[in-house]
Amino acid sequence: MTSVQSRAGEELTLTRAPRASAQHVDKTYPLWFHLPGGIVYIVLFIVPTLFSFYFAFTRWTLFKSTFIGFENFVLFFNEPGLIGSLKNTLIYGFLTSGAKVALGMVLAVVLSMPIIARGYLRSVTFFPVLVSAVGVGLTFQVLLDPYNGVVNKLITSVTGSDGPGWLTDPNIALLSVAGIDIWKGVGLATLIYIAGIAAIPNEYFEAARVDGASSWQMFRHIILPLSFPATSTVIILSLIGGLRSFDLIWTTTQGGPGFASDVIASVVYKQYQAGFYGLSTAGNVILFVVVAAIIYPLSRWLNSKETVL
Amino acid sequence: MNAIRKRTAWLVGLLGILVTTLLFLTPFAFIFTQAAKDKNEASLLQFSWPTHFQLWDNIVAVFQARDYMLVIAFINSTILTVASVALLVILGSLIAFTLDRRKSKLNPLINTFVLAGLIIPPAVVPTIWVMQSLGIFKTMIGLILIEVAFGLSFTVLTMRAFVATIPKELDEAAIVDGAGPLTLFFRVIFPLLRSVIVTIIVVQSIFIFNDFQNPLYFLPGNANATVQLTLFNFQSQYATSYNLLFANILVITIPMLVLYIFFQRQIVAGMTSGAVKG
Repeated sequence: MTSVQSRAGEELTLTRAPRASAQHVDKTYPLWFHLPGGIVYIVLFIVPTLFSFYFAFTRWTLFKSTFIGFENFVLFFNEPGLIGSLKNTLIYGFLTSGAKVALGMVLAVVLSMPIIARGYLRSVTFFPVLVSAVGVGLTFQVLLDPYNGVVNKLITSVTGSDGPGWLTDPNIALLSVAGIDIWKGVGLATLIYIAGIAAIPNEYFEAARVDGASSWQMFRHIILPLSFPATSTVIILSLIGGLRSFDLIWTTTQGGPGFASDVIASVVYKQYQAGFYGLSTAGNVILFVVVAAIIYPLSRWLNSKETVL
Repeated sequence: MNAIRKRTAWLVGLLGILVTTLLFLTPFAFIFTQAAKDKNEASLLQFSWPTHFQLWDNIVAVFQARDYMLVIAFINSTILTVASVALLVILGSLIAFTLDRRKSKLNPLINTFVLAGLIIPPAVVPTIWVMQSLGIFKTMIGLILIEVAFGLSFTVLTMRAFVATIPKELDEAAIVDGAGPLTLFFRVIFPLLRSVIVTIIVVQSIFIFNDFQNPLYFLPGNANATVQLTLFNFQSQYATSYNLLFANILVITIPMLVLYIFFQRQIVAGMTSGAVKG
């Protein structure tokens, strides 16, 4: 563009061209286009996040805050009910994420095969993703009722003995909620994997078929490595979702029985309800640190592996 | 060879239908049958066909409960979803467009913000504190802006990849024809974004309509209830009306299932963006 202009009016354009193009960019793509969205985002997301690092160190009533140093954090790490939520958050996050990766992969491979009723099967696996966490939570609360629930009635009629108290037994409540989460979320993982598998060029499969590769070899040496971008997306998305999870836990167990299935996000809500705003914010900061400390290195590592492939 | 493959196709398909129906459809069937029972039968929590099929009566009862709270909630949820999604689409596409076209020194910072928005869990009480000082806590406008702030990262990320595929020559042609930046964006670029806009609309509508946490924190109170919060109407420690509870679940789930049936392709496109790189 500039070279054409400089031929038309040599002296002028030689000196003015760079400024003119900067002006041109400024006029065509003004920076204020960032502003409307940017203001909402900064005011309601960045600012509260930054302030959380101050208020986490205070005793806070929303109107008045007193700086108390690390007291909130000391309390958090000494109170069994609170520190347990940290452990539960990690168990919940890694369990749901791992299961979604594995099951999503298996389902996607099956649903990528030329089988009958493929469209129907894909839709059905995805349906739970569309239901709200509240709806799913309340439905499973009823299905898993220890005495009258459908699941335990089935267990009793098959084995003759009583089924477990899925959501009422402190030892398995968290695992049960994780199971419900997997049920609800595996459709999304499957969908992402299906897209990843569909993006693999057909030549690979043809070449492998010519070489007489078995289905297992095709899975192991073509699908598994070449759908890696999908795998890393599923890992990151489900891990972020799992570590931050609140809705489903709150609508099934409310963190109970006792503190057995409390995660950090539910502790943040409980402390907020109780009026301990400083402590609640400290929980938020801990959750932030946990999520960032896991996701940041993990996504860098996954990205580096991706570029190697 | 071919016959064998055909047989596996049938076998795996049938097995798949069996397993997925059992695992994924049974809970839906359970919701439906419970929603059609009378109160006593529903309280048995059994998975059986209702002896008195009264789905319609239950749905009417659910809408009438607590002075038509569900009707109000549907209005609230609709306002919330439509307004936040509209804002997300316009503000998000403006950012995505400028971010792609203009290589400014701000870009690294903006990219960091976008990723931060995907990862960082929002700090609840400080957000309430900021909203209170702005006078938008416990207001619908406040909640709309919250949904915009929390959904912006995903929107920008999805849209930017799409903007990059629109040739720059179009911009230049429009500028030569004397278009200003606003005309260029809204008359030339925005219409070309249609397919990604539909994707964002559908995906974000599902997120926001189904959202429980943000309305719980930032718009509490029965007068402002969104549909997700109405589910707790029929649950009490002593006398939960299970038929109405499940009728309520059914009523608030159907809009999203209908949306999926109509916009299946766009939902798939939106949810899987990022899975296929390069």
